[in-house]
Amino acid sequence: MSRLLEVEALEVSFGAASAVRGASLALDRGETLCLVGESGCGKSVTALAVMGLLARNASRGAARLSFDGQDLRGLDERGMSRLRGNRMAMIFQEPMTSLNPAYTVGSQMAEVMLRHRGGTRAAAMARAEDLLGRVRITSPAMRLGQYPHQLSGGLRQRVMIAMALMCDPELLIADEPTTALDVTVQAQILRLLLDLQKDLGLAMLLITHDLGVVARVAHRVAVMYAGEVVETAAAADLFARPTHPYTRGLLACVPVPGKVARGAALGSIAGVVPRLGPGFSGCGFRDRCGEATAACGGTIARASAGEGHDYLCRLPPGWRAGAGAAP
Amino acid sequence: MSAAPIIDVRGVRRSFRVRQGLFAAPRHVAAIDGVSFSVGAGEVLGIVGESGCGKSTLARVILGLLPPSAGEVLVDGQRVADMDRRARARLIQPVFQDPFSSLNPRRRVRDVVSMPLDAQGDVPAAEARRRVDEMLARVGLDPSMGERYPAELSGGQRQRVAIARALVLRPRIVVCDEPTSALDVSVQAQILNLLAELRDALGLTYLFISHNLAVVEHVATEVAVMYLGRIVERRETSALFGAPAHPYTKALLASVLTPEPGLGIPDTGLGDAMPDPSNVPPGCSFHPRCPVATARCRVDIPATARVAGGQSDCHLL
Ligand SMILES: Nc1ncnc2c1ncn2[C@@H]1O[C@H](COP(=O)(O)OP(=O)(O)OP(=O)(O)O)[C@@H](O)[C@H]1O
Ligand SMILES: Nc1ncnc2c1ncn2[C@@H]1O[C@H](COP(=O)(O)OP(=O)(O)O)[C@@H](O)[C@H]1O
Ligand code: SF4
Ligand code: SF4
Ligand SMILES: [Mg+2]
Ligand SMILES: [Mg+2]
Repeated sequence: MSRLLEVEALEVSFGAASAVRGASLALDRGETLCLVGESGCGKSVTALAVMGLLARNASRGAARLSFDGQDLRGLDERGMSRLRGNRMAMIFQEPMTSLNPAYTVGSQMAEVMLRHRGGTRAAAMARAEDLLGRVRITSPAMRLGQYPHQLSGGLRQRVMIAMALMCDPELLIADEPTTALDVTVQAQILRLLLDLQKDLGLAMLLITHDLGVVARVAHRVAVMYAGEVVETAAAADLFARPTHPYTRGLLACVPVPGKVARGAALGSIAGVVPRLGPGFSGCGFRDRCGEATAACGGTIARASAGEGHDYLCRLPPGWRAGAGAAP
Repeated sequence: MSAAPIIDVRGVRRSFRVRQGLFAAPRHVAAIDGVSFSVGAGEVLGIVGESGCGKSTLARVILGLLPPSAGEVLVDGQRVADMDRRARARLIQPVFQDPFSSLNPRRRVRDVVSMPLDAQGDVPAAEARRRVDEMLARVGLDPSMGERYPAELSGGQRQRVAIARALVLRPRIVVCDEPTSALDVSVQAQILNLLAELRDALGLTYLFISHNLAVVEHVATEVAVMYLGRIVERRETSALFGAPAHPYTKALLASVLTPEPGLGIPDTGLGDAMPDPSNVPPGCSFHPRCPVATARCRVDIPATARVAGGQSDCHLL
């Protein structure tokens, strides 16, 4: 496999607030990386930073930000827009943010193709129809002439996926693509994404706060907290040996039939995600962490819990709650 | 173990007239299409089903916020339609999904929680104050929170405020419509734990609407599955999740993604046809999506059959 996306020490701030604080990610072709964490942890901002779509009041810095070996840091808006929708595409949680209510599905899809690849309008329409069929929309030819508001939420989300695929992207970033959908439709859309990924060799960065989705689709997982990647591992490894207290906390919150007795109290994480300033030092999770000690206010080094599994915490891998804590 | 029913829903229907375009003739949407069930005191009835199947409409009818087109609802033996608003408020209260829009942004938390007491018109101010303080403490909010405005609170704190407001009159029933859907899993867990604690401490009965089946399995004692305005299966929780009877319930449960890696994404077998309440198919309304439908299903409406721990409507049972 070859490395497609590399992000190292990404920093994004909005005025005096840091949204992303030194996050690093890497994604190979054909791989799915899930970015998970509570709302406000910086998942969407990380994705937008990669796509060059940050709000004007944001400032971005990184030690490395490369797509297929090309440094994105020096690229101007023209250069980025040549990549966007073309070699890298993005799907948002709310499809209406990327669909224009004033144009038909067909003309919006064709427009993406014409802009990046040229060719005739008829050819672009034919491709749009083909892709609507691939995302299993019934009567695709008829849908081409419909407006977004005439479609259900599930159909709109499929149109968005089809539109993102118009130019055969190598990287697909999907930000909570199924969060607003019914479980039945969610399962259909995720299956579809996984099928397309296999067929097309897509690399996918999937942002979600749903650990069920993560477990079922991710090859690798990056857990984000307060702008940092606090743990990263292969999916099976992360669920088998979660190591960062935040990861363990998140997993304990979800009722799992057969594992958590019905009606028993669920684990929970007290408090909320803090908004940290640029001068913040020490562990960002310490005011919510049951294992915090004075040492957590100092510099925390990244530790390894095995091959491809690292985490940002002073505790040793395999630590047990309470063991070794101050009396 | 059959407790006296505290909620009794009898043959309720509710339809809406909708116009799909400027010149289109108005159509009828049957949001609730003949629903009957009862709930015993102290139970938690979970209600599940896809978006648009009528869950919130049913909740609003039971709360007396929306009159039914046909049928009636009895709460604690009295017809909701005949009850005076204040009496109803002392018996049954809602908690809605969106803690961001369900609280008046211009009033302090203390006043928000006090509203149902004030609306009673006969609770002395000192008494109201005492009950608000007590309720804030019960839902885990510091008394100083009472002086803040909803915008200054986190999503979880706002949902605690909504719960305090619902409980301040000490109702016997709380209708929770997606109470944790807008919250992170970490906060969802706190709110679910709180609701369970309060139910034990105050002897509450819950109607618990959620699209999250794992949450419903965790909190409910009984579950009703709705499809296009009808209840297609109604069982004790363990019976329903252990051996779902109705093909729709089976598909719903199959779509749940538990956090267990390696299992992949299941095929729901439901196909692409989506339910449309303004165009309900004849026979069993689920037949266009049902993987085991037969010719009969396109014509005859299935009758209700008894199954272990409850009932279900399907020709195959
Ligand atoms: N005031 C109204 N006017 C017209 N149609 C309505 C009205 N309220 C509800 N409906 C329709 O009734 C049906 C049931 O809606 P309801 O809100 O009860 O669904 P729900 O099961 O709560 O869905 P969700 O899971 O999305 O909350 C839908 O088709 C809806 O569009
Ligand atoms: N345009 C913006 N202006 C100011 N702050 C922002 C902006 N966009 C995001 N933020 C802040 O950045 C942080 C991370 O946000 P986001 O990446 O959207 O979180 P999530 O993990 O939920 O996707 C949050 O504190 C958010 O409020
Ligand atoms: S570094 Fe300290 S506060 Fe941070 S997660 Fe580890 S134990 Fe908790
Ligand atoms: S009655 Fe027929 S269509 Fe309806 S659920 Fe049963 S088998 Fe399926
Ligand atoms: Mg986001
Ligand atoms: Mg609803």
